[in-house]
This record gives sequence, structure tokens and C-alpha cells, in this order.
Amino acid sequence: MSALLEITGVSKQYPGVLANDNISLTVSAGEVVALLGENGAGKSTLLKAVFGLVKPDSGEIKIGGEPIVFGDTAGIISRGVGMVHQHFQLVPVMTVAENIILGDEPKRGLFINMKAARAEIIALSKRYGLEVDPDAVIEDLPVGMQQRVEILKALRKDVKLLILDEPTAVLTPQEIDELLSVVRNLAKSGVGIVLITHKLHEVMAVADRVVVLRGGKLIGTTSPKETNEAGLAQMMVGRSVVLQVNRTEAKRGGVVLEVKGLQVRDDRKILSVKGVDFSLHKGEILGIAGVEGNGQREFVEAICGMRHREAGEVIINGVATKDLDPHGAHEAGISHVPEDREKHGLVSSYSIADNLILNQFDQEPFAKGWIRNLGEISKNALGMVEKFDIRTPSASNTASSLSGGNKQKVVVARELSEELPVLIAAQPTRGVDVGSIEFIHNQLLSARDKGAAVLLVSAELDEILSLSDRIAVMSGGKIVAIVDSKGADRNYIGRLMAGLDK
Amino acid sequence: MITLIKRRGSYYFLAVTLATLYLYSQSANITTSVFSIAVTFAMPLALAAMVGIMCERTGIVNIGIEGTLLLSSFVAFYVAIAAKSIVIGFLVAMATGVAMSLLLALMSVTWKMDQIIAGTILNILATGLTSFFYIQGNMLPNMFRQKPIPGLSNLPFFGDVLFKHGLLMYIGFVVIITLYYGLFHTPWGLRTRAVGEHPSSADTAGVSVSRMRYVNVAIAGAIGGLCGSYLVLELVGSWNRGFTAGKGFTALALMIFGRWNPMGALAAAMFFGLAQAGANQLMINGTVNIPPQFVGILPYVMTIIVLAISAGKVRPPAAEGQPYEKGQS
Ligand SMILES: Nc1ncnc2c1ncn2[C@@H]1O[C@H](COP(=O)(O)OP(=O)(O)OP(=O)(O)O)[C@@H](O)[C@H]1O
Ligand SMILES: [Mg+2]
Repeated sequence: MSALLEITGVSKQYPGVLANDNISLTVSAGEVVALLGENGAGKSTLLKAVFGLVKPDSGEIKIGGEPIVFGDTAGIISRGVGMVHQHFQLVPVMTVAENIILGDEPKRGLFINMKAARAEIIALSKRYGLEVDPDAVIEDLPVGMQQRVEILKALRKDVKLLILDEPTAVLTPQEIDELLSVVRNLAKSGVGIVLITHKLHEVMAVADRVVVLRGGKLIGTTSPKETNEAGLAQMMVGRSVVLQVNRTEAKRGGVVLEVKGLQVRDDRKILSVKGVDFSLHKGEILGIAGVEGNGQREFVEAICGMRHREAGEVIINGVATKDLDPHGAHEAGISHVPEDREKHGLVSSYSIADNLILNQFDQEPFAKGWIRNLGEISKNALGMVEKFDIRTPSASNTASSLSGGNKQKVVVARELSEELPVLIAAQPTRGVDVGSIEFIHNQLLSARDKGAAVLLVSAELDEILSLSDRIAVMSGGKIVAIVDSKGADRNYIGRLMAGLDK
Repeated sequence: MITLIKRRGSYYFLAVTLATLYLYSQSANITTSVFSIAVTFAMPLALAAMVGIMCERTGIVNIGIEGTLLLSSFVAFYVAIAAKSIVIGFLVAMATGVAMSLLLALMSVTWKMDQIIAGTILNILATGLTSFFYIQGNMLPNMFRQKPIPGLSNLPFFGDVLFKHGLLMYIGFVVIITLYYGLFHTPWGLRTRAVGEHPSSADTAGVSVSRMRYVNVAIAGAIGGLCGSYLVLELVGSWNRGFTAGKGFTALALMIFGRWNPMGALAAAMFFGLAQAGANQLMINGTVNIPPQFVGILPYVMTIIVLAISAGKVRPPAAEGQPYEKGQS
């Protein structure tokens, strides 16, 4: 049988980085190939080349035996290729339906047939078990929902080759299970699939073959049968990675952040945080577990001054704060790793160095009065790039040139470096490779040990369980339980999250 | 938010309708004539705003509308004289508009130049060429004369206001309505807006960003040519230096005030036209004693007020002014 996708000797040079170095890879019909590699290894670059979005400097890419033409994405789509992009390719001001039909719109006469589009989308979302509201506007949707839209968009046509670039980073565990079963079924029906993910258990669960990139080179091929998660991690990073976190006992101090009766509305003005109370102590990590969409996002945004508080109090170091703006929250002592790094974490067109000081741009030593101190800014950047292993040829490059995981590292580096009394980290390791996850976890623990009060929100129950000293479970806009993580039962927490137990 | 805007729009509409009814009951003739003159003032502004909307909806900032109007009206005038045909003058003016637009597209899409500079170049080019080649004392062979539309023109009020104009005015209305439906109800419009908001989404959906931009900017140029032709061949009948008097810039304000929506911009232009026609009428009546200079500066003052009102409350297409780099993000 001829290969569905044939990549031969593809290289791509970016200024200062060889993103792809003579890579050859084939994918056959009915096969699931997992593409692994550290942040910046060149995975997205390679698959964007397959989709006609990146022009390789050399090498050839064939789909169904025919070479592709750079820039001819329409032609590539019509040959049965679907791609889920790491960075959502959705028009924020348009509806779900408009985004999905873009490029191949159902028509009635000269006009778009919106009714047919809606019906098609509802049928599509039923078929794959990914529910969406065709009339919702993208920018009002949480990232998990946007991810579903992105996946549906790729599945709309009958694809022969499906490329998934980190489709699971923002999905809930249950959604991930559903997606993986969709992947398995598609493969059974003869679709070839390339899956990029940093979650090794997903690789173990669905891949037939695993291909590992490092520094732009293809360094090996293996399969889940021949190895295990630790083996995969080692192959990716080139050293052994401790997948287990070593957490020492917390030295808990006094209350730093106290939240009383907090109520917040979501983008649709529906009350989504319905009275939350808790207190966060110095020197502890409080994990917020919960299925996404149960008010976590709104609740964090309200504390960080990004969303209006409907009711309730937020007391920081004994001082009741008014309804703050983000600057005020920062002044009050809160640093924040936002869950949506593209929208709230970075200014893509600014340099990496500037992004690393966005929270302190007007403070010493980065500014003296009205004048920016460029020397200090670049010195800081060099230190951070080194410490957080941000893969870039130069800190003066724009943030938009970074790979997804490296963008995340920039945000984390910035927020952790200021050492404010409260650290709120929402999905801090989203899209980050295993080696860097290990590093970020250790950084969070050391922030705690230096006396920060850390609030950790994560969709990964494992992350919550391994890092938190106490775990608060959120469900239906309320904290339904706060348990000590020592001896916390995974199943019990899972049931609480699902709203089954009281 | 959107319902709020719509509601506000309908309040304006209601207020204007009531005021009109009142005036009409006071003096039917004068009210009708003021409105019908207002439409002739409004059309060139509305068409010029369409040029801006077409460009910006697709992500290209065009501050060269003024230049496009100036050069195409100039060409319309002299070609009509040379060819002794206003139709040929009109067609060549449209071609001129398209050529200006292609130059803009070349600079901003292909060369990825700063779009403000590209637009400025258009303006300078038009001013330079028209001043250099300007010759005084020419006369048009004829003009696009009033052609009442049979039946419709007998309607009370609306017949006089909307259906007793020349050919280019009617074409103008068709263009604006077509643009409105095109932009919001056709595949082409969906793609255009996607390219202007988030070009990489369009690109990954197989829509060629640069082709969309070239085509739309070219269409905008043709509309600019229509606008220039209307001004010279239907409304005024002669051409002099600085003929367009900043209409291309006022149009940008109308585009913003109309929220990049053809109907919104048309309504805004109508509002301008009414203000001017009304002021003219008051001056003629001698009801109030305003010096003509004040009437002359009215459009400019209104532009400033309109921009001040809408500033910060409207959201332009997100990708406007930014060249598209494939494969980034
Ligand atoms: N448009 C660009 N301009 C300059 N450099 C780029 C550009 N796109 C990617 N790079 C660089 O190419 C390298 C590979 O990036 P790529 O996005 O392919 O990584 P990745 O393997 O997908 O990583 P991640 O897991 O973080 O998504 C990185 O070093 C990145 O900085
Ligand atoms: Mg990537």
C-alpha cells in the first residue's frame, strides 16, 4: 500500500534556528503516528509545511503520492487533509458556524445558507460527540470549547489524513477520552493520523508508532509496545526525567488572601461563581480542581482584576480590596499566570525581553523615571532565557516567533520572577514539554517554600494532586469541598468534580 | 452589545422620521427639496466611505481615498471632454480608480509597506498629477442628467428624494446595497471579513489572503472611480484644483461612525448631507443669519464631532494595517 503522507528530507531554517533538519517520515492509511519532542523541537513547523503554510528550504512532501505546492492550502484540504492547529485558527468576532464553514460555505443562490450550515454543524457535533452551539461567538467561549470548534472544523470534510497539533492541551480529561476514541475510530476506518502531544499517556493509549524530534532532527522511532512513559520522556529530552514531584511538607503561615462570598458573572452575564469562600495561607499551594467551565476561570479573573465582582470580598494581607483592575491587583500583591497565554499573557509583537518585564516595565531597575533601562531589560532577559530554558536564538526576537511551549515559559518566567506574596497560576504547564513541566513544578514549589501563597488552577488532576497541599474542588460555581491532599482519594475528588458527591 | 447598538440606531431613525414628518407638515415643498439635495450631498460621501469599508474589512487601511477621488474625477472630466462622451469618461475614471488601488495593494500586500505611507503616496501622486496637468477653461459635452424612474418617482416625498436623479446616483445606491448584502450574507463577504479580522484563520481554511486583499482593494478602487465620476459628471459639471475638498477623509470618519457597515456609513453620510442641505436652506431663507463660511466648514466640524463621539466605542477589523506573514502563529 502506498503511503498517505511522505515527507522526504525536509529542512527549514529560521533566522538563527534550524527548525527542521532533513526530516523524513511516512504515514500510512489507518495508522496513528505520535510526534513527540521538546518545545521548539520543530513539530509544528514540520506539520505546517505539510499543510502548505510553511515553505521548506529543501525536501519534498507528497500526499497520496502527489507532491504538494506551498501556499495551496485549499488544494491540500481538497485532497483530504484536515489540521487542528496549535494556535486556534478561529476568527474571534465570528460565530462557531461561520468559523466552521469558512472556505467552503453551503450556499443558496448567491447567499450563504446559514440554516444548512447550522444543521450540518449540529449533525457533525453529534456524530463526534463534541457539542457546540453554532451561534455562539468565538471570543465569548472558553478555550476548551474553542478547541472543540477547531477539531470539528478539521473533521468537517471526510479527511484521509488528520493532523492534530496539541489538540488535548486545553481539554478536560473526559473530553480527551472522547477525542482519543474518535481518533481510534477514524484510524480504524482508514484515516491516517499524526498527533502531537506532550501528554505521554495519550501517546501510550493511541499511537501505533512514535516519532521523536529533538533540535529539528528526527532522532528515533519507537512504539508504545516497546517502551513506557519514562522511556519516551528520556528519548525526548535526552536525559531521564522525574515524572513524580518531590514535595516536602509545607510550612504554612498566616492567611494572605481571603475570599468571602465571591460572586461573578461570565461573559454571557450568567452568574457562574455563586458565592465562593476560602483562605489562602503563606507558604502553601492550594489547588483548585474542577471540570473546566465550573466557574474557575471567572473566579480567577475576578481576583486578578480582569472581571467585575458581582458581590463578595477579596482581602489581601488583611486589607479589603475594592473591585480592582489588573494593575490594582498587581499592586496589591498578586501575580498571575493567565490560562490564555495568547490573549492575556503576551504581546506577540513585542520582543521576548519586553514580554519578560511587562509586569515591571515602569519599575526599577527596568526604568528610571520615564526612561527605560534597555541594558537591565536585556540582562534580565538573558537570565530568564537561560534559567527557564526558553528556546530562542535571541531575546530580541518577537514573542510571535516562539514555539507554543516556549511562549508559556515566558509567561511563567515573568510571573514567578517578581516574587509577590500571592501567585495565581492558571494552567501553568499547558503545552509545555515534560522536561519543562518538571522544571515549572519545582519553581512553583520553591516559590511556596520562599513564602508565597500559591493558588493553582489546573485541568490536570494529576498536577493538582502532586503539587497541592490542600485541594479545593469546584463544581457548579461553588467550592464543594476543601480536602487535605495528604491521603486525598483520587476517585473521591473525581466524584466531587462531577458533582456527584456532597 | 449589538442589540444595544441596534436599539440606539432605531432611536435615531425614529427621531429623524418624526422630525421629518413635522417639517413635512409645515412645508412639504421645502422639506422635499432639502432632502433631495441632501441625498446628492450624501452620495459621494457614502461612496467614498464604501471605498474605505471595502479596504478595511479586508485588512488594508486606505487613507488614499482622497487621492483616488481627486485623480478619478480629474480623469473623468478630461477624458469625457476629449472623447466627447461622459460614458467613456466614467469608465476610464473607474479604471483609474482600480489602477490607484492596485498600486496600494502592491505597496501594502506585496511589498508589505506601511499602509499609512502607501495611502499618503496615493494622495501626493494624485495632487501632483492633477495640478500639473490642470488646464482651465474646458467644458463637458454634457452631464448625467436627471432621469426620473417611471412610477416610483411619482411617490409622494420619496419619489422626489430618491427617484429623480441621474444614472450614477442610482448605480451608487445599487452598489451600496449590494455591498451590504455581499459583505454579510455571501461566502465572499465571510471570507473578506475573516481576512480582515484574523488572516491566518482564512489562510488555514484555504482562502488566499493576498488574493482576497488584491481583489477587494481593486473593487474599492472602482467604487472610488464611480464616486469621482458622480461628483464631476453628475453633481458639479466642472473641475478645479482640490476639487474633492477632503471628502476622502470625511469618508473615513463616516466609515468609523457607521461601524464599517455599508448601511451604517450610508446613514451617517445622509446625516451629513441633511445637515448641509438644511444649513443651506436656512441661509437662503434668511431664517438665521449665518455667514456662508460657517456653512462651508460644517462638514469638517461635523467630522470632528462624529469622530469624538465614536472614538473608543467602535472596534475596527482586528488585522487592519498589518501585513500578513504566512506560517506565523
Ligand atoms: N515564524 C518563525 N520565525 C522565526 N522562528 C520560528 C518561527 N516559527 C518557529 N520558529 C522557531 O522554530 C523552532 C521550532 O518551532 P516549532 O513551533 O516547530 O516548535 P514545536 O516543536 O511545535 O514546539 P512546541 O511544543 O512548543 O509547540 C523554534 O525554535 C521556534 O522558535
Ligand atoms: Mg508546536
